[in-house]
Amino acid sequence: MTDTVRTTDRADILAAETSEGNQELKRRQETSKAELGREAGAVLRIDGLTLDPEQVDYERRDDETMIINMGPSHPSTHGVLRLMLELDGEFVLRTKPVIGYLHTGMEKTGEQLSYVQGPTNVTRMDYLSPITNELVFALAVEQLVGIEVPERAIWIRMMMNELNRISSHLVWMATNGMDLGSTSMMIYGLRERELILAFYEKTAGLRMNLNYVRPGGVAADLPDGWQDDIEVICDTIYARTFEYDQLLTGQPIFRERMLGVASITAEEALALGVTGPLLRSTGVAWDLRRTMPYLAYDQVDFDVIVGTYGDNFDRYSIRLNEIRESIRIVRQCLEKMPSGDYRTQDPKVTPPPRQRIGESMEALIHHFKLFTEGFHVPEGEVYVGVESPRGEIGCYIVSDGGPKPYRMHVRAPSFVNLQAIPLLMRGGSISDAITVISTVDPVMGEVDR
Amino acid sequence: MTLPANAPHDVIVADGLNAAIVCFPTIDQYYALVEAFKNDGYEMVADLCGVDYLEHMNRALPDGVVATRFEVVVNLLSLSKKSRVRIRLQAGNEEPSVPTLFDLYPGTEALEREAFDMFGILFENHPDLTRILMPEDWEGHPLRKDFSMGRVPVQFKETPAPR
Repeated sequence: MTDTVRTTDRADILAAETSEGNQELKRRQETSKAELGREAGAVLRIDGLTLDPEQVDYERRDDETMIINMGPSHPSTHGVLRLMLELDGEFVLRTKPVIGYLHTGMEKTGEQLSYVQGPTNVTRMDYLSPITNELVFALAVEQLVGIEVPERAIWIRMMMNELNRISSHLVWMATNGMDLGSTSMMIYGLRERELILAFYEKTAGLRMNLNYVRPGGVAADLPDGWQDDIEVICDTIYARTFEYDQLLTGQPIFRERMLGVASITAEEALALGVTGPLLRSTGVAWDLRRTMPYLAYDQVDFDVIVGTYGDNFDRYSIRLNEIRESIRIVRQCLEKMPSGDYRTQDPKVTPPPRQRIGESMEALIHHFKLFTEGFHVPEGEVYVGVESPRGEIGCYIVSDGGPKPYRMHVRAPSFVNLQAIPLLMRGGSISDAITVISTVDPVMGEVDR
Repeated sequence: MTLPANAPHDVIVADGLNAAIVCFPTIDQYYALVEAFKNDGYEMVADLCGVDYLEHMNRALPDGVVATRFEVVVNLLSLSKKSRVRIRLQAGNEEPSVPTLFDLYPGTEALEREAFDMFGILFENHPDLTRILMPEDWEGHPLRKDFSMGRVPVQFKETPAPR
């Protein structure tokens, strides 16, 4: 008797301690009709069906449904994503993502770090595509300062960025396979990614969170014999993408769980601000590499892969084929890689070579100033967006003329894409919910920053 | 580039880096301006964030713009025109409060919640203006400039200055 009382007490205390209050999904009784309609996606049809949120049919009683938590520590939530699901039996009625469990205040930290130190901070946001994070930060700073980056640095950046896209999509293929029960895909995806990480280590010294792309260029030149490494990477991964095809694309169980599941229309995707493979799966050919080219993407040949139905399978095929397209770009980089400097020689942003420090007082001063104070960036503000494997990653920097950003904001693609989850999950079963989390591909480090 | 035809005509505009145009509407003009851009083919809000200009109250702004402590910066993206537009809204000094864009772009929901969470900028008629990244019982708005950084004490160091 006393035991039961104690356990209920403990449950109450636990519930109070872990509660996120108003951020949580509320019970049906406590939710207004307009709010229910909003959560069911009625507002997304403002242009099409003109569905008034008040008129959404929701005749379910509170005792027929159940609210459960999926996450924050659930293996298929890819990190610490917490979803509150309202279920009717096996089917999902409403979903609300509760996020912030990985929030580390990186934007606030970014205001304390100089522009030289900045890339170390941003690279940790989307830990699966560190190069893209550094790239967008570096591009924003370069626009504010007005630095010309040497041709070779541009092509190195582009090549590393595409390798990054491949490795990120490979991890996605791996975890997606894992979520759908194909553990062999998990092993294969991570195995192939290892090739790229090994190349990163050879080039930048680190496997992840490279701090390789910096304002003014890149941190180090490509290592000797990099051409051979790249060729091995391209050939191996390209051949293996066809093995993935065999393993997954035609496999009946996989197709059953992907085809026609959780589809989204182009209007809905645009209204929600969704970008990346999620947007392209609806047929909108929007890829910043093609539509608003940066680096030298206008000088290489590649196809923008688009889907038709906006379902899980389209998102899968887009990512698989983007691996092949990225390999195409990397091969062209290999062919066209210009010679020259790998970083700008402007002494204001680039430290002098080691030898000069011993010889020249100015070089010593520049070196000292750069690593203690950092370089000053003219007053101004800029927003730069580039295509990350997950969508448009943007960096908004406000400079007040000092050596540190006055405000550094990162538009994280996963953060915005997460808003599509309630819409994609509605009406599906819990097993579909797993595939939705997987194909939306949120990286929580970037969502919470 | 000029403003769309049905935008409020006296909005102050300027050139900007990496944007076709930078607009400085007042709070009253804000919603109508965004709506005009939406009708003009700007399908997406790429980004929305707050900025706290506590230390730069007399920053350089075009003539006629009344600088306030908080700014809401909206980056609109047009897929059809391949162009970006930035809107810098002077949101107010104490208790900044601006209209929500949720009715025009449902995708701003999470971004506005983030701006509220980090800066305490209120978005009128936002359907779910709650904290999003910080815990529910957090006090204050961490990205405000007067929010303390906190620091890790370092042993054997005499100067207690923040790093």
